[in-house]
Order: sequence, then structure tokens, then C-alpha cells
Amino acid sequence: MEEYNEMELMICISSRLLEDGSVISVGTGGPCAAAMVAQKLYSPNLLITFEAGAVAPLLPSMPVSVGDSRTMFKAIQTTSMSEIMESLQRGMVDYCFLGGAQIDMYGNLNSTLIGSDYRHPKVRLPGSGGANDFGSLAWRTIVMTPQSSRRFVQKIDFITTPGYLTGPGAREKSGLPPGTGPYKVVTNLAVLGYDEETKRMMIESIHRGITLDDIKVNTGFELLIKGKIPSTEPPTKEELRVLRDEVDPLKLIIGKEAV
Amino acid sequence: MLSEGELFTGPDPDEMRDFFRKKTKNLVNKLTTVSKAVSELINDGNYIAVGGFGMVRLPTAVLLEIVRQKKKNLGFSGHTATLDCAILVAGKTFNKCDISYVIGLEAFGIPKQTRKYFETEVNYTEWTNAALAWRYKAAAMGLSFIPIRTMMGTDTAKYSAAKEITCPFTDKKYLAVPALYPDVAIIHVHEADIYGNSHIRGITVSDQDLARAAKRVIITSERILPTEFFRNNPENTTIPFYLVDAVIEVPFGSYPGNMPYEYFLDSDYIRNWIEAEKDVEEYKTFINKNIFECKNFYDYLNVNGGFEKMKMLRNIEYMIDNKKGN
Repeated sequence: MEEYNEMELMICISSRLLEDGSVISVGTGGPCAAAMVAQKLYSPNLLITFEAGAVAPLLPSMPVSVGDSRTMFKAIQTTSMSEIMESLQRGMVDYCFLGGAQIDMYGNLNSTLIGSDYRHPKVRLPGSGGANDFGSLAWRTIVMTPQSSRRFVQKIDFITTPGYLTGPGAREKSGLPPGTGPYKVVTNLAVLGYDEETKRMMIESIHRGITLDDIKVNTGFELLIKGKIPSTEPPTKEELRVLRDEVDPLKLIIGKEAV
Repeated sequence: MLSEGELFTGPDPDEMRDFFRKKTKNLVNKLTTVSKAVSELINDGNYIAVGGFGMVRLPTAVLLEIVRQKKKNLGFSGHTATLDCAILVAGKTFNKCDISYVIGLEAFGIPKQTRKYFETEVNYTEWTNAALAWRYKAAAMGLSFIPIRTMMGTDTAKYSAAKEITCPFTDKKYLAVPALYPDVAIIHVHEADIYGNSHIRGITVSDQDLARAAKRVIITSERILPTEFFRNNPENTTIPFYLVDAVIEVPFGSYPGNMPYEYFLDSDYIRNWIEAEKDVEEYKTFINKNIFECKNFYDYLNVNGGFEKMKMLRNIEYMIDNKKGN
């Protein structure tokens, strides 16, 4: 049996979600690593874009900034942020990959602040960056994040980035482009999806060695369960080899604890 | 939807037309010094915007000088503002901020004192990266707003200064975001001539729109080239001279940031910055050593490793393994 840490687990599983020929907007860290593994193993024609302006680079190593030189390495085009965002707004981007300090059962994300008073937050966080734009405009939003009851909460302190907002029809009613929204949440415990009818988060598969109870303890709201839950296929030898040897040999991402 | 955020800059396009009409567009030598550019073009209370993307193509020399000259009460566009934000916070230079991304240094983490400054001393309004990019674009187009399809339904919109509108053609809902006309834009480029014609290699981020949106534009450049560089290949002109007010030649001017195709960012320095912010006294010492005790940018480079360091960062940029061989 292959040994792997939680970061490696989340990256490998996420990499399988990106079908060949699709277009993705990524940030730095785990999501970028997942896109790189996907490109090397499953989706050679995956078109990677960065919001700072790089289009279709052949990433030589992990970028440390969404706009650093690595994101431009052998790129097809280096352009502007507005051009990337306008491509998203025109419906050309299939996937985006996000994280956040808090997420609720509709996939709404908070990366703005912790606390109940906007003007006097307990902790101020960086803000949306491009997250809200991605979550608003990409066809499918994938979230990669470790699962805990502190992060998966009934009510998030601030909706930075739209998930399904308050439930079915809410995105469309608010004016967001129809047909867009949360797709999967990949955690250290499970792969979560969304129920089509209620737009609520549900368990799709459970990782090896994890129990349903582990998941419940680490989730601050009720996750839907439909039928028998399969177990997630663990990272393969090949996925781990590509991730460790080719994508992140300096262990910038996979050497970190999943936080 | 009613938004609650404060609008820090007026979006009136006719006021701006009057301003731009009077702005000098002569082909004159605009070479100056960092210290002069900051003292003559940036006034207390001005609204400033920084080009590049956080730690990438950072106009460090001007940012350090703003702190050194103790500019106060500035407005600041927090458009993926990372190390630029931390530098300006070090001098407590701004107290109003349009936020899309601030405080954090992306993959490196969050500096503690910079965060505390936002929690206690800054009046801010929320936006997103696209919203701020498009607010510059609306200004570059000479308009007062632009309709966009992001932010809707979220608290980000609630605490912005955007307004909901209906499309007169399709009846679809949009958010109208107001044009952002900064008083001063500060942009670091790869090549410029004495008139301000400027060339950016690689991603332009929002800088073409920003240069057109701002009332005054300060350019720092890795090198000054003859105007033939632009005359012979006009596609080299990312920003034309008539937008620009001051040009300063600052080799390695993005340090400790990354200058694409020139040198990589100094990860150690950025980690040291975050480390220093963990302790108030250490932070003070760090800021004194790096900003107030340096009389200019070259002092600053020397304090941080000088030419040897720049050579190393160039090697990293080109992915040259300088440990091999003799």
C-alpha cells in the first residue's frame, strides 16, 4: 500500500476531476499542483490560466505567486487580468479551484474576515482576490480544503464568494450567470458533491481509513447521504510519482501540513 | 441591493475630461529622481495605485520613498496588494483602501502587524480582482461605471460601493462598478525612454488601463533605452509617453519582488519580513534598517546583499543551478 500525506491525497484526487480539453483558472498551492498532475497524467490538453494574465504555460515548477515568472514559462500568451476575467465572464472557463477559511452547506466561501462585526472583525483576512470572480463566473467551482468543524460551519461570518447562496435558484435570482456554481469539495476525509435538488453538500465518497463518524465530527452542518457511499480510490503509485518527482520536487506544497 | 461601502474617489467623467485636456502631452525629457517624483507628484491625501501584481514587477523604490517622506492619509487601491501593501503600512501612509486582496503575501503567509493595521486603522471597501481591474478599465474608457456579472448575491457586494442595474436590452441584472480614477499610478517596467514610453514584458496585469485611468503616472524602469526602441517597433509601447509624468531609471527596481525575465523574487527576504512582523520591536528595527536608515534604493540593495544577491536572483530566474561546477 502506498503511503502519502493529506496534502498529497487531496492533490491526487483533485487531479482526476479535470477532464482533457477543459479550461481551468488556478491559484498557487494545492490547486496548481493538482492541475499540473492532471496535465501530466490525465489531461494533456488542459488549458491552464492564471488571473494575473498567463495563458497556457508549461509550468516548470510550483509558482509562489499567481503572477510570478513560473506562471509565464513557455506560455502561449501573457496578457492582462481583465482579459482573463473577461474570458471567465464570456463562459470560456470550465473549472476554478478555491479555498477559504469557512465554507457552508451551499458551498459559500469566506476569505474576508472572522467575527460577527464587519467593521470590527476578530481577524481580518486578505479578501476576495479573484475568488469571487472565479466562483461567480466559472462553470464549475472545486474547493480543496482540509475538513474540520471550524471550517465547515452552519453559518459563515461573511460570504466572500458565492456558492449556491441560500439554495436552489438563488444564484440565478441574484443575477449570476445561470448554470454555474459549486461542483466538488475535496477534503482530507472525503469527496463531497452537491445534491441537484436542494443544492446542499453531500458525501460522494469516503477516503481509506476514514469513518462516517470522522466526517460528522469534523463538519458543523448536516451532510446529505444518498444510498451506499463508496470509498475513494486512493492515490496511485503513478500519481504520487508525478507529484513528488515532477510537480513539487522541492516539497513546497506537499511538504506543508494541510491547513 | 443596497451597498454600504464608501466610495473614496469620484467617478465623474467630465471632471476627468477637463483634467486630461489640461494635462501636458509634450514630448519632453521626464527623467527625474525617486525622491523628486515622490515629493512633487504625490501629496498627502492623494489616492494612489500600484502596478504589477503584488510581489511581481513591484515599484519598490517609489514605495520605500513614500514611507521615507512620511506621506499621510493616502487612499490606496488594494488590487492584489501584497508586499506593496506591507511597505505602505510600514509607514502608516494610507488610511483608506479599496480591497480586493490585501495583507497576505500569497503562498508566504500573512504578516502580523500589517493585518493589525487593517483591523484598527484603515477605512475600507470590498471589491474583487476583476471588479478593480474593470473599475480601472471604465476610467480608461472615460466612463463613470461599467456593468459586471461578479460579486452578486454576496457580502462582498454588500460592503462594496457597487449598485445593481438592469440591462436596457436584455433585462438582465448587473452590478455597476464606478470608474476608479487614481490621483497617482506607480508602475515598474522593463524598458522606458526619457519621454516615458514604456515597455512591459510578460503579463501586463492591469497596468495599461491603470496608466490611462490615473491623473499622474510615475514610471520606474529597469533601463532607459533610446527612443528608437519604440519608434522602430511601436508594438513595444505598452504605455505611451503622453500618459506619463515622471521616469526614473532603477535597475533591479522590483527587488525584493520578481521581475519576469530579469530576476526572481527574494524568498528569504519575504520570509524575514513576515518573521519580523511577529514582534513589535523587531518590526521597528527591521523597518528602520530597510527603509529609514537607507538614504536611497541603492543603499537598500546593498543592505540586502548587493550585487551578489542580484546575481543569485538572476540565476534563479533563469533556473541556472549555480552550485554545480567549481
